Amino acid sequence: MLNRSDASMTNFCLGRRSLLAAGATSLLAVPLRGALAQTAPANPGAPSAVIDVDRARAAPIPIAIPALSGAGGDTERLGRDIAGVITNNLARSGLFRPIDQAGFIVSPTGNPGDLPNFQNWKAVGAQAVVTGKVESEGADKVRVEFRLWDVLPGTQIQGTAYTTTLSNWRRIAHIISDVIYERLLGEKGYFDTRIVYIAGSGPRDRRIKRLAIMDQDGENNRFLTDGTFMALTPRFHPTKDEIAFMSYANDRPRVYLFDLGTGRQQVLGDFHGITLSPRFSPDGSGVVMAQTDDAGSSIYAVDLASHHSRRLTDSGAIDVSPCYSPDGSQIVFNSDRDGDQQLYLMGADGSGVKRISFGKGRYATPVWSPRGDLVAFTRISGGLFSIGVMHPDGSGERILSESWYVEGPTFAPNGRVLMFWRETQGVGPRARGATAKLVSIDITGFNEREVTTPTDASDPAWSPLLS
Amino acid sequence: MSIKTMGTLKLLGALSAVALLAACADKPATTAAATGTGTTAMAPSIVPGSEEDLAKNVGDRVFFTFDKAALSSDSKATLDRQAAWLTKYASVNVQIAGNCDERGTEEYNIALGQRRANAARDYLVAKGAASARITTISYGKDRPSVMGSDETAWAKNRNAITSVK
Repeated sequence: MLNRSDASMTNFCLGRRSLLAAGATSLLAVPLRGALAQTAPANPGAPSAVIDVDRARAAPIPIAIPALSGAGGDTERLGRDIAGVITNNLARSGLFRPIDQAGFIVSPTGNPGDLPNFQNWKAVGAQAVVTGKVESEGADKVRVEFRLWDVLPGTQIQGTAYTTTLSNWRRIAHIISDVIYERLLGEKGYFDTRIVYIAGSGPRDRRIKRLAIMDQDGENNRFLTDGTFMALTPRFHPTKDEIAFMSYANDRPRVYLFDLGTGRQQVLGDFHGITLSPRFSPDGSGVVMAQTDDAGSSIYAVDLASHHSRRLTDSGAIDVSPCYSPDGSQIVFNSDRDGDQQLYLMGADGSGVKRISFGKGRYATPVWSPRGDLVAFTRISGGLFSIGVMHPDGSGERILSESWYVEGPTFAPNGRVLMFWRETQGVGPRARGATAKLVSIDITGFNEREVTTPTDASDPAWSPLLS
Repeated sequence: MSIKTMGTLKLLGALSAVALLAACADKPATTAAATGTGTTAMAPSIVPGSEEDLAKNVGDRVFFTFDKAALSSDSKATLDRQAAWLTKYASVNVQIAGNCDERGTEEYNIALGQRRANAARDYLVAKGAASARITTISYGKDRPSVMGSDETAWAKNRNAITSVK
């Protein structure tokens, strides 16, 4: 699967999407060859750091990430900061075990093209090591060289140099993290991504809910709306810098499109009822969402080019929270047509509706994994809320996290991690101590972690990979 | 719990009681409106046909059981008074806002709140109110009337509230 002799030749298509901070910044990546790429393995039969995700869950890959070298000033600081962001990303994935820098035998200096001292890295237990350097290229530009080494066989797995603006350094760190993830685990990472979510502030009966966006590690937080109207349920476009969300602007709750480049907001379609729970189609050509009506709500597909809408359900019940399968052929949604909230599947044209949730309790907020193999959901049962996954045919249900209140899973683009939000129960008539926080968890239910946000946070949506 | 901690708690309790009293003194109408029970005696300061009139003297809200939008006999009695009031003040338009408790999911609750607002509207229309005078909206679980996190609070937050538009 991984052809290591070709590894150093791999080029990367970067900057396909440029969200916000990345803005007009161009980001250039070139493969690093050099003499080392052709170096024969020092120890060809040795075990490799390259494993798969299942094995890494049981035994996270020990990896050494010393500061990238710099020539003083900005470049030296950037070298430390980039290594720090990579370390944080890989540690939070639960699949890597970054080795404490205090234990390093060598302090990495000089040309990263120098062969690392594999014996020293082996001695501190590293199976992989990252080296690199940061160079200034004029006032605002930096060149970041990065190499990934397999310690036991003593081979270079990857070598790439990136050129970008100084302010774009975090993206470089995330891109390098994704390269490490992909080279060592054999599948795409999810670090060069963003989270759009709802930032909550103020007392609960006059809650201010704003649209906010941040990097997946919680950095570069920005509020996209000012709180003069309530914003809910944001969802990313699969390829464009655009969000669909629900806005209470003018006391007329509707689904809007929000252009991240220009900040322009536009109501989607012309509907008589409240429109809610939008999701883009996998090819980005349409949005599927619900509209309230006399009996509840029904599901509609809206074409983004013509704004023509097509009604998909007419059950006389509440049909809400539709989400396409990754191939666009099916829709999973939430309905109370059988008496309480359950999950249903239908063709993208509304045909062949079939219930898929049969466990104990009510089921809500279905979301299809980008891998296609799982549907994540919120379950309400026995006075508790939980986040779980099941196969799209309803089999193999597993509960990953349960507490007083959790809701709204969203998949990382590689389908390996879910993010959702958790609220704690407040005390007394003013609900003192009530909090709302984002949480991430591996789809096997391990490695549950809170995601730091500047305010209370709810309803996260994970972006596709930006590069 | 140490004696010292208990002392502190008691002190905090006393302080918050004072704060509540002060708030009530400022806005006496708020407490009465929140009960939703109408009385026939009209306070002299209340303008007939106003929102305050509706809230204090008619009853501006009806309540629902968990995950339901069916009107109870109490709710119908309140809506009967609202219908009569709408007949009396024929130039007044109203909005009915449906709300839910916090023990449901966001998107479903918006639809459920709308269903509750619709139920109240349909009843008023059946009692003779012109549908053109009534708009509806749902805030799902995002505009609770009270902030607590227990069954008492949730029961108050499962409602449809009529207000003058």
